[in-house]
Amino acid sequence: MTEVQEQQKLHADPHDEPVREALVLGSPTLRDVTARIASIVESKITAKYLLTLMVTASMAGWGLVALGYTIFVGIGVWGLNNPVGWGWDITNFVFWIGIGHAGTLISAILYLFRQKWRTAINRSAEAMTIFAVLCAMTMVLSHTGRPWLFYWLLPYPNQMQMWVNFRSPLMWDVFAVNTYFTVSLMFWFIGLIPDLATLRNYVKSKIAKTVYGILSLGWTGSNRSWHHYEIAYMILAGISTPLVLSVHSVVSMDFTVGIMPGWHTTIFPPYFVAGAIFSGFAMVMTLLLIVREVLDLKQFITLKHLDNMNRIMLATGMMVGYAYSMEMFIAWYSGNPWEKWVFINRAFGDYAWAYWTMVTCNVVSPQVFWFKKIRRSIPVMFVISIFINIGMWFERFTIIATSLHHDFLPASWGYYSPTWVEISIFVGTFGIFLTLFLLFAKFVPVIAISEVKGILPGSQPKHGSHTEGHA
Amino acid sequence: MASSNLAGAIAEFTDVNALVHAAEKLRDAGFRKWDVHTPYPVHGLDKAMGIKRSIISYFSFVGMVGGLTTALGLQWWTGADSYKLNIGGKGFFDWQFSMPIDFELTVLGTAIFTALGLFHLCKLPTWYNKYQEDESFKKATDDTFVVTIDANDDRFSAEGTQSLLVSLGGSNVHVVESALK
Repeated sequence: MTEVQEQQKLHADPHDEPVREALVLGSPTLRDVTARIASIVESKITAKYLLTLMVTASMAGWGLVALGYTIFVGIGVWGLNNPVGWGWDITNFVFWIGIGHAGTLISAILYLFRQKWRTAINRSAEAMTIFAVLCAMTMVLSHTGRPWLFYWLLPYPNQMQMWVNFRSPLMWDVFAVNTYFTVSLMFWFIGLIPDLATLRNYVKSKIAKTVYGILSLGWTGSNRSWHHYEIAYMILAGISTPLVLSVHSVVSMDFTVGIMPGWHTTIFPPYFVAGAIFSGFAMVMTLLLIVREVLDLKQFITLKHLDNMNRIMLATGMMVGYAYSMEMFIAWYSGNPWEKWVFINRAFGDYAWAYWTMVTCNVVSPQVFWFKKIRRSIPVMFVISIFINIGMWFERFTIIATSLHHDFLPASWGYYSPTWVEISIFVGTFGIFLTLFLLFAKFVPVIAISEVKGILPGSQPKHGSHTEGHA
Repeated sequence: MASSNLAGAIAEFTDVNALVHAAEKLRDAGFRKWDVHTPYPVHGLDKAMGIKRSIISYFSFVGMVGGLTTALGLQWWTGADSYKLNIGGKGFFDWQFSMPIDFELTVLGTAIFTALGLFHLCKLPTWYNKYQEDESFKKATDDTFVVTIDANDDRFSAEGTQSLLVSLGGSNVHVVESALK
């Protein structure tokens, strides 16, 4: 240990972390943090990694085959029928968009609330946001039937001099999802610049040095840059906060603006946002537990982080549970016979199995997180996070399929089940998501190096805390 | 002024409190072309260096206004002026239905202008730096605080600046030849 690092430890300000659990275990030095994260990037690609990558890439490949088949033949190869015009395509779209929400919540909202514990998990959660939104875009583009005409969704000057219909929520969705993707990507990349510069100066391989050198854009850690950087980061966090709340609200309007009983309710925007954060945290938890184990990041992603995430899942899980019961209540209280019928049908009709799977996974299972012991038990939280992932998928499926399959005209009632093509595309999106995540975990710093350094005890001056900084 | 190819003087600091103190002294000594390179943002260093408030929020504001104007203009012009289409008897343009896209484009405009503003103000990308070959300088992204004072600062003198940096607690103080030919 060098003299300075020793000094840093000695001078560690007791006010830095008042009686709180340490966010980074083992009091590493600045160099330790760099070395630990860089070692993941510098380590040799193992056979296990390649094998996992091959599995996920094959899943992605198989999904692309099914996607190609759909595009070539048409969406008639799916199980959609006359009353049920939206099936797994839109279910998966909403599912993936929802997964993305945890990333922005962690990077933006927790940043504004100065929740320092976000620093260990924000990078990977933001990456998941971007990959999940890509999967969502894949789903929604394939759902259009003729994805090569995607540009018809954009207002562009054309020979008919006609424009898109801005009164349609589907159009709002185009803008919301694209904005979300662009802003998340910029936020993520700007957060990465200092860390890429760290790797540029640290790694030995010439190719890696060049690539990180180009991507880090020549960042030197100059305080004259940090000074703009912090304000820019703050502004991006500030505008991403309403953005993350808006995206799923707009997605929910795809349903609420329609007049289908079961869709046409005002509770949808907040209900969808809570559900999105809930499912997003579950997915982050599932992957983070694996990453933490495989890359040995227990020092940075501590039980305290996992405990906090479990608390958020418990809270959002109960919001979702409240929304389920409120939907039921309003269906009865509104006195609207169609509304009432749809909800009785949802719980006891043909899709009752989907409804009760959803309730069990989303409302019942997270209740175990009331106990601290369980909030800190890795196997339990891993299983619960997978339950929540399943439950949240079923939530979207329930909302879409049950509302549609029995419409206003009993003669046209039907039942929807997916074909192998839809299932393959869904598996494929998981393949895309996991492949991108594996590549990310290997080649990009999975932990925000500069942010973790900034919260180490003794890393900030004792008398200089009048200026607010990077949490 | 020293030899023409001199980039400036470099000092390493490892204690963050000493660094802030040194920055205050350099600011008070009247240096202008100098900088501190740190692996993470250090609270209060802006003030110690005498850096004025960042103007990046003006960029964001322009982006915000631009985004909102674009959204309103686009929806009004395409719907209520260029090609009126009656869809379900809804208005050709109403602020109510324009809200989602107004909001999204406002956010998008703000984000893009903030990012571009950041790149502009930090001079990114600049894939070279006159100190880039210096070993001390490279440590600034790892575990060391590095103070650089450029040779073209009016108060710079190879001897005097180095001894000043030493007196402020800097270690491994040295002058650097510019890496740029």
